[in-house]
Amino acid sequence: MKRSITRLLMAPSVIMLLVWMIVPLSMTIYFSTIRYNLLYPGQNRFVGLMNYEFFVTDPGFITAVANTLILLLSALVITVVLGVMLSALIDKPFFGRSIVRVLLISPFFIMPTVNALIWKNMMMNPVYGIFAWISESLGLQPIDWLGTYPLMSVIIMVSWQWLPFAILVFVTALQSQDTEQKEAAQMDGATGWHIFRYLTIPHLARPIAVVVMIETIFLLAVFAEIFVTTGGGPGYASTNLAYLIYNQALLQYDVGVASAGGLFAVLLANIVAFFLIRAVGKNLTV
Amino acid sequence: MTLNQQRKLKTLITGLLAWFVALLLFFPIFWMFLTSFKTELQAISVPPTLFFEPTLDNYKIVQERSDYLLHAMNSVVTSFGSTFIALIIAIPAAYSMAFFPSKRTKDILLWMLSTKMLPAVGVLVPIYILFRNNGLLDSRTGLIIIFTLMNLPIIIWMLFSYFKDLPKEILEAARMDGATPWDEMVKVVLPLSIGGIASTGLLSIILCWNEAFWSLNLTASNAAPLTAMIASYSSPEGLFWAKLSAASTMACAPIVVFGWFCQKQLVQGLTFGAVK
Amino acid sequence: MKSLSKNTIACAVSLATAITTANAFADTQITVATVNNGHMIEMQKLTPDFEKANPGIKVKWVTLEESVLRQNVTQDIANKSGLYDVMTIGMYEAPIWGQRGWLQPIDASGSYDEKDILPSIRSGLSYKGTLYAAPFYGESSMVMYRKDLVKAAGMKISDHDSWDHIRDVAKAINDPKKGIYGICLRGKAGWGDNMALVTTMANSFGGRWFDEKWKPEINSPEWKKAVSFYVDLLGKYGPPGASSNSFNENLALFNEGKCGIWIDATIAASFVTDPKQSKVADKVAFAQTPYEVTKKGSNWLWAWALAVPVATKHEAAAQKFVRWATSKDYIKLVAKNEGWASVPTGTRESTYENPNFQKAAVFASAELKAIKSADPEDSTLKPSPYVGVQFASIPEFQAIGTTTGQMISGALAGAMTVDQALNNAQKAAERQMRQAGYY
Repeated sequence: MKRSITRLLMAPSVIMLLVWMIVPLSMTIYFSTIRYNLLYPGQNRFVGLMNYEFFVTDPGFITAVANTLILLLSALVITVVLGVMLSALIDKPFFGRSIVRVLLISPFFIMPTVNALIWKNMMMNPVYGIFAWISESLGLQPIDWLGTYPLMSVIIMVSWQWLPFAILVFVTALQSQDTEQKEAAQMDGATGWHIFRYLTIPHLARPIAVVVMIETIFLLAVFAEIFVTTGGGPGYASTNLAYLIYNQALLQYDVGVASAGGLFAVLLANIVAFFLIRAVGKNLTV
Repeated sequence: MTLNQQRKLKTLITGLLAWFVALLLFFPIFWMFLTSFKTELQAISVPPTLFFEPTLDNYKIVQERSDYLLHAMNSVVTSFGSTFIALIIAIPAAYSMAFFPSKRTKDILLWMLSTKMLPAVGVLVPIYILFRNNGLLDSRTGLIIIFTLMNLPIIIWMLFSYFKDLPKEILEAARMDGATPWDEMVKVVLPLSIGGIASTGLLSIILCWNEAFWSLNLTASNAAPLTAMIASYSSPEGLFWAKLSAASTMACAPIVVFGWFCQKQLVQGLTFGAVK
Repeated sequence: MKSLSKNTIACAVSLATAITTANAFADTQITVATVNNGHMIEMQKLTPDFEKANPGIKVKWVTLEESVLRQNVTQDIANKSGLYDVMTIGMYEAPIWGQRGWLQPIDASGSYDEKDILPSIRSGLSYKGTLYAAPFYGESSMVMYRKDLVKAAGMKISDHDSWDHIRDVAKAINDPKKGIYGICLRGKAGWGDNMALVTTMANSFGGRWFDEKWKPEINSPEWKKAVSFYVDLLGKYGPPGASSNSFNENLALFNEGKCGIWIDATIAASFVTDPKQSKVADKVAFAQTPYEVTKKGSNWLWAWALAVPVATKHEAAAQKFVRWATSKDYIKLVAKNEGWASVPTGTRESTYENPNFQKAAVFASAELKAIKSADPEDSTLKPSPYVGVQFASIPEFQAIGTTTGQMISGALAGAMTVDQALNNAQKAAERQMRQAGYY
C-alpha cells in the first residue's frame, strides 16, 4: 500500500524525465545513422556509422576533448579553492559583511552571454580594455588575452560566473559549523590554520561534493562564453566538445554528424560523472 | 597589544581583505553599469573614462528599439512558470525518495541527473522538429516545457537532500498519530521545508532567466525573453558597447535585484544536507 | 467545487479563444527577421510609414546579431516552420535557397524598376536569372586611410596600389609607442570575418577556393604567398590582439585614431566620416583595394537582402513589404528623415546619380567604383566553378570558410605556421567536400 503511494508520487517526475530522455535520444540515435543535412532536404539515406567516424576523425576532435576536460577541471579547482577561502574569510562578522556578500554573489545572476561580452569588450580587449590600461600604466606590454591565452580567458569568465555559486553553498555550510568546537580548539591553543584545516575543511566535504557535482553538469556544456568571445579559436585552442558539435549542427547544418557528436558528448559526460561520483560520491547524500 | 586589540586588528584586516576581493569581483558589473551611461566614443576611449557627463541616451534607444516590457514579461512568465511547475512535480518525488527509500533510489537519482548531460546543441534539431510539429515554436508554453524539464533533475536532487535532513522524530510522531503519507507530506514536511523549497526555486528561476540557447533558438517575436533582446544589441556593424551595456543592464537588473533581496533566503536554504 | 473549477476553465478557454480570434481578424501580421545593423534599425523605425500606406498590415520585428539570425532563419526555412514572413539574408544564401525552391521570386514588376539595381548585386542575388532576394544595401571593400599620417610619413596612397606598397606605407606610419598602428585588418576567425578579407587577398595573388572539379586549393602556392603576406603585415604593423578583431573592433580602433590604414567594408566610410562617432572624421581618405597579380576579385561584394520564404502564410503582404523597403521611394524617405549621408547604399544606380547624395557622401564615388568592379561570376584568375567573390555559394562553404578562418587566425596568433594552417584547412575542406558527395 505504502509502496504504491510512493511510486505514485514519483511517477510524474520519472515519466516526464523518461520521455524527455527517450524521445530526443532515440531521434538523435536515428539521425546519427542517416545522412541528414538541413541544406540537402530529401536525401536521408542510411549511412551506418559514417557520421560517427566523421565526427571522431575531425582534426579538432582530440583537442576538443582535452579542452573540455581542462576547462572543467580548472574551473572546478578555481571555484572550489577560492570559494572555500572567500567563504571562510566572510564567515566572521565585520563592517558591511552583508554588502560584501551581495557583491560577491552578484556575478552568478549575470547572463552568460552578457558575462562574456563584458569580459571580452571591456576587460580583456588589448587596446581599450581595463587590463590593457592597467598593464600600460605599469609600463608593461598589454596582453592579448583572447588571442594568446584563449582557453584561460574562457576559464576566467566561467570561474567568475560560478565562484559565487560555490561561495553561496559554502557560506551556508559554514553557518552550521559548531562554534563551541572551534572555541574549544582555540582555548587549546590551535592556530587559525589548524582550525581551518582540521575542523572547517572536513565540515565542508559534503558541500564541496555538491558544488563539484552541479558545476560539472554545467561546465561540461559551456557554450555561450566560447561562442561570444573566441569562436573556438585561434585554431582549435578554445574549442570544446559542445562547440565542436555546434560547428556541425549550426554552421554546417549537418544534423547527422551533430547527432553523432551529441551522443559522444553524452558518453564523455557519463564517464566523467562516473569518476567524479567515485571520487566525491561518498560525501554525497545520494 | 591586548588580546582584545589583537582581535580587533584581525577583524579589520579580514574586513579590508574581504571588501577588496568583493569590489574586485563586482568590478565588471559596475563597469558595465557605468558604460551604459557613456556615449559610444567614451565607451572605447583610451585611457578609460571614469568621470564624464552621464547620458540616458542609450536607455532611450533601447526603449525605442525593443519591446522591453514584452521581453521582460516573457522572462518572468517562463522562469517563474517553469519553476513553479517543476517544484510541484519534484516535491512528491523528492519526498518519496527521501522518506521511503528503496534500493534503487540512488540509481534513480543519478539517472535523473544524467538526463542533464545531453548537450543542448546536440538535440537542437530533434527538439526543434518536435516543437514545430506541435505548434510550440515561439510560444511561452514551449519554453516553459523546456525549462521545466531542464531544471527538474537538479530541483529533485536539492529537495531530496533537504528533506533527508529533516528530523526524523517529528515524522515518526505524525505517523504514530496515523497520518497517511500524503498528510505527512502536506502537513508536516512542507511547512518544515519552506526555506529549502524557496531557495531551490530561487536557483531554478536564476538558471531559467539566464538560459540563452533554447530561448534564442526556439523563439522569434512572441515568446522571446530578455536573453534574445541582448542578441539584438551585440555585434552590429558600428559601435555598440554603450548601447549593449544599457540593454544588458536592463536585462540583468531584475534578476540581480531579485537575487539581492533573496540572498538571505538563498544562503539559508542551499544546505544540500550540510546541516547535521 | 468540482463544477466550479470546470466552469472557470471553460470560461478561461473561451475567453482566450475570443482574444486570439479577435486578433486574427483585425490585421495581417507579418514578422520580419533582420540583422541589427544601422540601416535595418532605421527601417524598423520607419515601419509606421509602411503601415500607414498599407492599412491592414502590421509589422513585427525580430532583430538579431548576424550569426544568431543566420541560425534562426536557416532552421526556419529548412524545416519550413513559417515563423518569419520576411527574412534578411545575404548574398551567400540567396542563390542556394533559390535553387532549393525555398524562396518566392521577388515581385520586381512595374514601378519597382528592377533595371535600376546594380548589375553585380542583382546577379549575386539571383539563381538562373530569377531574383530571389531584394537588395537592401550592398557593400564592397576599399582602403580607408589617414591622409594626415600618410602625408607626414612622406608617402602616398592611390587606387589599386600593390600590396607591397601598402606594406611600405604601413611600416612608415606604424608607431606603437604613440598608440598608432600602421594597418588594421580583420583577424577574427569566421567566413564573413577574416576570410572575407583573406579571400580577396588570395584572389589577387592568383588563388581560388576550388578548382573546376571542386577540389579545394587552399594550400596552393598562391594561397600560401597571400596568407604569409597577410600574417607578416598584420603581425608586424597591426594592433595587438589582431586575431580577435573584426569589423567593429577595427572601427573602434580607427575612430579612436589608432589605425593608419584600414581595409574593410565600404559601409564603414559613413561611420568613420561621422564626427559624432569618429575622432578622425576630417582626416580620412579612400582608395580602391590593393592587388598583387590580378585585380580580379581583389575587393569583395556583399549585399543584405530581403527575401520571402515559401512557407509564409502572408505572401502578398510580405511581398508588399519587401517592395517598399527596397524601393527608390524608401531611399528618399530615409533621406528626408535622416539626410542623404545616411541612406542605404550599394543597391541602385539612381542613388548614386542623385546630386544630393553625391554632395552628402564623400565616399560615394569610391564605393560605386568598388561595387561595380566586383563580379561574383568571375572573381578568380584561374577559372572557378563557384559564384561569389569572397565566398563560394555552396552549402559547404560556411563550414570550410570558418575552419580555414580558424586556422589562419591561429597562424596570426602564432599558434602554428602558415603552412600548417593551410594544410589543416585543406584537409578539413577535402573531408567536407567528400562528406557532401562532390567526389
